[in-house]
Amino acid sequence: MIGNFPYVTVAVSIGCGLYILMFQKNLIKLAIGINLIESGINLFLITLGYRKGGVAPIYTQAPAGKAMVLPTPQALTLTSIVIGVATSALVLSMAMMIYKHYGTIEVDKARRLRG
Amino acid sequence: MKLMDHIPALIIAVPLLAAFLSPVVGKINKKVVGILAALALGFSLIFTIILAVKILSVGPQVYVFGAKSPSLTLPSGLKFPIRIIFQIDAMGIFMGLITALVSFLGAVYSLAFIDKNNGIDKYYSLLLLLAVSMFGMELTGDIFNFFVFLEIASMASVSLICYKGTERGEPVEAGFKYMVVSSISALMVLFAIGIFYGEYDVLNMAALASVIKYSQLDKIALGILVPVLAMKAGAVPMHMWTPDAYSEAPAPITMILVAASQASLYALFRVVFSLYNITLNTLVVGWIIIIFGLLSMFIGVTMAIIQKDIKRLMAYHAISQTGYMLLGVGVGLAVLANPIALPEYGITAMEGGIFHIMNHALYKGLLFLTAGALFYRTGTRDLDKMGGLAHSMKYTTIFFIIGAAAIAGLPPFNGFASKLLIYESVYRFNPLLSIIAMVVSILTLASFVKVFHSAFLGPQLPQFKEVKEVPQSMVLTMAVLSCLIIFFGLFPDLIVKNLVHPAVMSLIEQFKYTGIVLGGR
Amino acid sequence: MKEMSKIVKNITKLVYGFIIIFGFYVIVHGHLTPGGGFQGGAVVASAFALLLISYGQLEAKKLLKVDIFSLLESCGLTAFIVIAFLGLGTTFFYNFLANSGGWFGNAVTPGINPGDMNTAGVLPLMNMAVGLEVFAGLGIIVLLMAEGAEYTNKEGEHRNDR
Repeated sequence: MIGNFPYVTVAVSIGCGLYILMFQKNLIKLAIGINLIESGINLFLITLGYRKGGVAPIYTQAPAGKAMVLPTPQALTLTSIVIGVATSALVLSMAMMIYKHYGTIEVDKARRLRG
Repeated sequence: MKLMDHIPALIIAVPLLAAFLSPVVGKINKKVVGILAALALGFSLIFTIILAVKILSVGPQVYVFGAKSPSLTLPSGLKFPIRIIFQIDAMGIFMGLITALVSFLGAVYSLAFIDKNNGIDKYYSLLLLLAVSMFGMELTGDIFNFFVFLEIASMASVSLICYKGTERGEPVEAGFKYMVVSSISALMVLFAIGIFYGEYDVLNMAALASVIKYSQLDKIALGILVPVLAMKAGAVPMHMWTPDAYSEAPAPITMILVAASQASLYALFRVVFSLYNITLNTLVVGWIIIIFGLLSMFIGVTMAIIQKDIKRLMAYHAISQTGYMLLGVGVGLAVLANPIALPEYGITAMEGGIFHIMNHALYKGLLFLTAGALFYRTGTRDLDKMGGLAHSMKYTTIFFIIGAAAIAGLPPFNGFASKLLIYESVYRFNPLLSIIAMVVSILTLASFVKVFHSAFLGPQLPQFKEVKEVPQSMVLTMAVLSCLIIFFGLFPDLIVKNLVHPAVMSLIEQFKYTGIVLGGR
Repeated sequence: MKEMSKIVKNITKLVYGFIIIFGFYVIVHGHLTPGGGFQGGAVVASAFALLLISYGQLEAKKLLKVDIFSLLESCGLTAFIVIAFLGLGTTFFYNFLANSGGWFGNAVTPGINPGDMNTAGVLPLMNMAVGLEVFAGLGIIVLLMAEGAEYTNKEGEHRNDR
């Protein structure tokens, strides 16, 4: 039961992220929503690779006969975190640009492209 | 002969090197950056053509990054490949050819179109990165690597959409919309990858295809992947980013963005055909894709008719044309498990859909470039303010007529060839679908007659007296695209037989794709 | 961004050098310990962020130049791709230095040991290239965002252009 707790957290944080993206109007909040989804998915990947009682997967530090946690999901997560940093930086700087041009970061008011 | 083995890697390595060098080169001389980018993409185009010839004559190719030899997919008795592998079959190289051509022409067009202001080195750097990421999406055989390239593509294209963002707010707004959409879709792709990895412990697509069982989890993964990739491809009802992004980006970038959204479309076909193939309930999934296609065709064209902004109008047409591709391939998927219907009309429908991808990239690219040429000389995209431009921009007018005739499906241009394949075969599957497709085609023609009339015909307006023809490099790129359109329209058999048919067969026959990595299993 | 109080400034002066050194440590030991190019680069960039916050934008800009960072970033990326090209004798990205006996060429000893710096072939070189790229890149992001915040701070300055 307690082993499934990370998956519950994953579901909650992805759900929160999707809720924010659908119902919030503030551009900064949208950026937070994207980050929430991303961290949920990162947690999902890490949890997939966890083995009970496993040690860190470092080649020179492996004691004989002990299980390691899977290194591949950790590598995937690292890559995804790096991409996430770039995404957040881009989204936030675009929010700043929109504020500079429109004077607001509310989606309803900052909207000129229609039709 | 040694270099021949490394061509799959060089296709992405050369533009990548140029992308990283261009900020340094830009510090020294701003004019050289564009030429460097065009050169690098030209090399890529040559490599892609060489690789295409090799693949179509010999068979699918693999390239294993960092291994002891480029074709060593399974070292020392491993069951599944562990390294990043490029596995390129006829379908992949078909898309690769489109990408190479479009991005090379985009770089050449940019030489004159983009003014030499501050960010020119960053512009070319991002353009090269966008090209690299599209190549990566189309050539890679590793599903996580695909996600990485997808993210690079979205970041590069968002930054390029916002290229004029320091002067006006609208490009940034369009870019923000696109960024939110594409980061959600990329993260959802990652979620599906996590599901696959948790279930089967493999990331290589061929290895995954050989073990996939279509269990409940696989259904969830498919349910995530199909809408998300359709969203990146700009299909209705997830199309809201397309008109904004296409209309606000600089014209050469719009042309490349069309190819980038087609790379997502390719990924959709790859997932459905190569990963799942007949383990799916093909009829249901096929109909879902057909319905996406119908909605895109119809809503796209009806929204296009009421537009006043020339690039926005063309962007809605891009959505509508994506519908044709989804329709053709969807019909092929729906009859995939049916051994009688598949050779009778299923393959023809898919040939139509796949051929339409290439035709669409050509004529839509040409149309966006003519719109860019109009904007370059007149400074406006509003159709109501244009008029009488045929007097002063003769070449652009001719190119526009060719593009408009091709998109409306008039013979002897290439749009006619692929649309005819779709009409014929889809009629045998379900006559109603074919009739809708024809009606959409007529509406497309109507809308482009309107554009032609209001932009080019009429008396010469006083404010456009000084307007000249666009610079030579822009005319040259448009001329190349027009020649290709006419060539494809006159000899469609040649292209369908040599390029499109192998691509379709490598999608349909799953083992052709898995066999190249896993050996003769 | 305005400068902060004297306490913060003095502590920054004490600490930021150590943060940068720690970042470089993480970069250089990337092939032995947790961390690597990106993580170490991010640590170094956080030192720049600290400088920027505590000293304010004007003061920090004398030390941190966007142009130099941009050049460093390109150098890091180019070094990375050039190392990948060097392996082209076998394959792209081939680890041609590993177990060769030369630079970073020792064989790895399995089992629990303190770790040998002189192993792993091109990985440490790539880590350094990535580290250079990341700290320069994140430094640019921090600097430009601070500059942009300056723009957006002033009330009534946004141009309602159409």
